[in-house]
Amino acid sequence: MTAYLKLDHIDKSFARGGQVSDVLRDIRLTIDKGEFVSIIGHSGCGKSTLLNLIAGLTKVSAGAVLLEDKEVDSPGPERAVVFQNHSLLPWLTVYENINLAVAKVFGRSKSKAERHDWIMRNLDLVQMAHARDKRPAEISGGMKQRVGIARALAMEPKILLLDEPFGALDALTRAHLQDAVMDIHSRLGSTTIMITHDVDEAVLLSDRIVMMTNGPAATIGEVLPVPLVRPRRRIELASDRTFLRCREAVLKFLYERHRFVEAAE
Amino acid sequence: MSIQAVEDTKVKAFPAKPAEIVAFTAKARPRIDLVAIAGKVASTLVPPAIVIALLLVVWQVACSSPTASLPPPSQVWNEAYDLIAHPFFDNGPQDIGLAWRVLISLQRVAIGFGMAAVVGVALGALVGQSVWAMRGLDPVFQILRTVPPLAWLPLSLAAFRDSNPSALFVIFITSIWPVIINTAVGVRNIPQDYRNVARILRLNQLEFFVKIMVPAAAPYIFTGLRIGIGLSWLAIVAAEMLTGGVGIGFFIWDAWNSSRLPDIIVALAYIGVTGFCLDRLVAAVGAFVTRGTTAK
Repeated sequence: MTAYLKLDHIDKSFARGGQVSDVLRDIRLTIDKGEFVSIIGHSGCGKSTLLNLIAGLTKVSAGAVLLEDKEVDSPGPERAVVFQNHSLLPWLTVYENINLAVAKVFGRSKSKAERHDWIMRNLDLVQMAHARDKRPAEISGGMKQRVGIARALAMEPKILLLDEPFGALDALTRAHLQDAVMDIHSRLGSTTIMITHDVDEAVLLSDRIVMMTNGPAATIGEVLPVPLVRPRRRIELASDRTFLRCREAVLKFLYERHRFVEAAE
Repeated sequence: MSIQAVEDTKVKAFPAKPAEIVAFTAKARPRIDLVAIAGKVASTLVPPAIVIALLLVVWQVACSSPTASLPPPSQVWNEAYDLIAHPFFDNGPQDIGLAWRVLISLQRVAIGFGMAAVVGVALGALVGQSVWAMRGLDPVFQILRTVPPLAWLPLSLAAFRDSNPSALFVIFITSIWPVIINTAVGVRNIPQDYRNVARILRLNQLEFFVKIMVPAAAPYIFTGLRIGIGLSWLAIVAAEMLTGGVGIGFFIWDAWNSSRLPDIIVALAYIGVTGFCLDRLVAAVGAFVTRGTTAK
């Protein structure tokens, strides 16, 4: 069987001033259509680099990223990214920010009215239709991130890439957004890869958790399947044995076997 | 019983009093606002008025002696009264009001500065975007921008063989440098996130320029435009003194040749006020266009 997304023996090294530093070594991973995969690891392990490689924002040093058996090495709207700091354009309103993406991706295939409906549908999906005429500076951090998600979804991507999307948010807002992402994933079945450093978040949202070893030359240490049925509810899961077992497995990996060594930084 | 009665009267008396007070405050409110507005206006207008009055007095005293080389304000008022009172008179080709002359100069500035703005933003974007363009062009810009405006005039007169295009070129070449340099800085400071968004959307060069680069660099661009229009107003007056024509600069030169010092002083006031208005105009346009861009 051929995988939807395949990371085929990927190496990544950065050359800076004659010094070459290996960031990622021999990353092998296949992801099925509709799967929700989290990548977790200590800071500096190269997980954001890995996401940028999949997005095509940085080029691989060796190996290849294959999406539906085709190599991708440059960015495109079929691999939409939700950035950690939302990256909305501050001079455009919420609606215009999404329209920038929709006009570019669907400018030929959809009529103006269809594009408008599509923008509003995606805003509804993240419950932000009420703020369509606001500028990013006028809405809260959580709302900005919702718009960022709507913009990514509006590109109708084959893969949704989330780069620590809730990292800059407070705990309550974060929980709301996690529920929103779960809801969207169950409705659209979008293949999703999420970078995170939050163990609970990874277990709650993912079908599989990819755990990275520490850098330099980080690689995939272990892949943990999360056999929890969906829809998942955070309150019920708090005492669920499978949830706790998965959580413990990730914690053990991160804090016993691959403890973060400050000196290595 | 009697206590109750007293209380009753008190209670009855109370509503009457507040009613009066309410009526009083309602009347007083607009008065207070007027006073506040008047106070604000006064606080911005009175200090400069006092300073100007003091300067006029000092000037009057200093230039009142019969041996003074410059005319005092009273003489300016008497001899150049026509120019002050009638900015829009028109008595034939070389005898027109100062407002007309300023408008003619402004027209030259509009053309020269308009070209400088367009070319400057384009070149600045190129220099800010491409490392090779910056390495190649930046040293040239840094040297050329220090050349004083009037030093370009003989060369442009030789090239264009006509005074009007030469004046336009001097304005262009004077005001383009701050536009280029500020635009380049603004483009270099576009956050990587915006560039990543553009790359994921596969915006082409033109779309990136119009939709991301210009709005993201707009605060810097307007800083450059504001400096540029100030410089071009400096340059036009100097250029017109040499090239002739009907602009405000030539008027000063003409007045000097016919020893009409009061006319020169009035013209200086016109130039100063116009330059101030130009600066405020660009600043206001910039504030309007860049609203929201600086907020994170």
